[in-house]
Amino acid sequence: MTLLELEDVTASYGHAEVVHGISFRVGENDAAGILGANGAGKTTTLRAISGMVTTGGKITFDGTDITGFRPDKVAALGIAHVPEGRGTLGDLSVRDNLRVGAYLRGDRAGVAEDIELCLDLFPNLRQRISSNASALSGGEQQMLAIARAIMARPRLILLDEASLGLAPSTAQNVYRAIRRLRSEQGVAMVVVEQNAMLAFSVVDHAIVLDTGSTSLTGSRDDLLGMDEVRRAYLGG
Amino acid sequence: MDREITYFIQLVIEGLSTGSIYAALALAIVLVNRATGIINFAQGGMAVLSTFVAYALVVRLNLPLGVAILGAVVFAFVLGAAIERVIVRPFERGDPDTAVVVTIGLFVLIGGIAAFFFGYEPRQFPSFFGTITINLGGVFVSLRSLGTIVVLVVVVGLLQLLFRGTKLGLAMRAVADNPQSASLSGLPVSRLLMIGWGLASVLGVVAGVLVAPQLFVSPGMLDFVLVYALAAAILGGLDSPLGAVVAAWFIGVVENLAGAYIDFIGNDLKIAVPFLVMIIILIVRPQGLFGRKVVVRV
Repeated sequence: MTLLELEDVTASYGHAEVVHGISFRVGENDAAGILGANGAGKTTTLRAISGMVTTGGKITFDGTDITGFRPDKVAALGIAHVPEGRGTLGDLSVRDNLRVGAYLRGDRAGVAEDIELCLDLFPNLRQRISSNASALSGGEQQMLAIARAIMARPRLILLDEASLGLAPSTAQNVYRAIRRLRSEQGVAMVVVEQNAMLAFSVVDHAIVLDTGSTSLTGSRDDLLGMDEVRRAYLGG
Repeated sequence: MDREITYFIQLVIEGLSTGSIYAALALAIVLVNRATGIINFAQGGMAVLSTFVAYALVVRLNLPLGVAILGAVVFAFVLGAAIERVIVRPFERGDPDTAVVVTIGLFVLIGGIAAFFFGYEPRQFPSFFGTITINLGGVFVSLRSLGTIVVLVVVVGLLQLLFRGTKLGLAMRAVADNPQSASLSGLPVSRLLMIGWGLASVLGVVAGVLVAPQLFVSPGMLDFVLVYALAAAILGGLDSPLGAVVAAWFIGVVENLAGAYIDFIGNDLKIAVPFLVMIIILIVRPQGLFGRKVVVRV
């Protein structure tokens, strides 16, 4: 069943349109990738889904037309967005960041359980639970950002450049946790990534953007078999 | 006890009491600044208008003082929330300098509205604490001074409870930290900002009601308190509530001591002393006593 569908979606900052009519679908329990070079419109596409930019076309989530919804309304429907640059709340403790992630939930016991679940998934955070988020390393902040999204118990996670600025081994750690999240909870994802190898370790299918338009689309294996993908993203 | 020492203690308590009034308004300024990055020069004017409401309820409608103050608190909250929603919101995401000019305009406008309804003639306002003086082991202090300090301490405690102990407080801290990111977790940012402005406005009316019995109610009654409160907020670090309170107490005490002990200063010049100290402190610590240096990481 289709969970998220983009139909001919455009997105602009002010009068500058940066995404020119792209379409794709994400099923339940599905993980889709958006690949492409810097400035291709990957982040903007996620922002369009979350209602952070001016959006045209049609975005449907679980049967509801969410085009132009405010970010908090989109979140309330079950979409958790891990933004580019992590968006952790620097002045708040790790625990408070996690509690903010669970803002829309009323089940106190469940929230406490999920905090434990996040700390199991990211053991580094357990030792830093009372530290301010701004005191964490880049990798720990990324883990916190993902954990905060998990706290919302979302049906879909939008993950934006989770490897950006991280040491390769740290990026591997982060993606290991993401794969675990996929296999244990089956939450659907849209993964934006410049590092195609990391993306392909999670996603089932992907679209490749080039200056705001779709240049390629296909399953992971299809894309991995294409020469242009291998040349552009996998180093030959 | 030595008379010199009891006199000194009296001066300090009086100073803390005046400082508590500055602190209430300084807290309002810090709250708004943390949430929206704006320094609200209209904070004093909003407090005066709300204090006039308390005056009208108690003097014109003959309501009990407690009820009148409660009414003024409700009015202040609605006024603050409405000003954020209608006037300030379009400027929140823009240039902070523009927003400051808007709040200065508001300051003038609200003063005018207060004058239009109530005139410029200062009006008496009853005190919650009467004119009783207490003898604490030889130190004579007015109940008003002690009461003012206690009210501020209670207000600070309640704020602490709100921000550290409730979901609403957590959400307000999150929005102050990063509104866009907070909205991605489903926080209704604009509603929380409205509540923040409403709360700040309530802090202002606390200052207004505390100072009204001494200064009388008039459109300009809080003008100099606003100057001190701004000084306290900046000295404390602009984003630190604790810093604002400590700085406000410091200003109140230094002002009082300087007026009493340094002969050539006296009552007229005493207001200059805390500002002189403030300038010196800010030269050494530009981020204020409790503020953090803003470090931009690449």
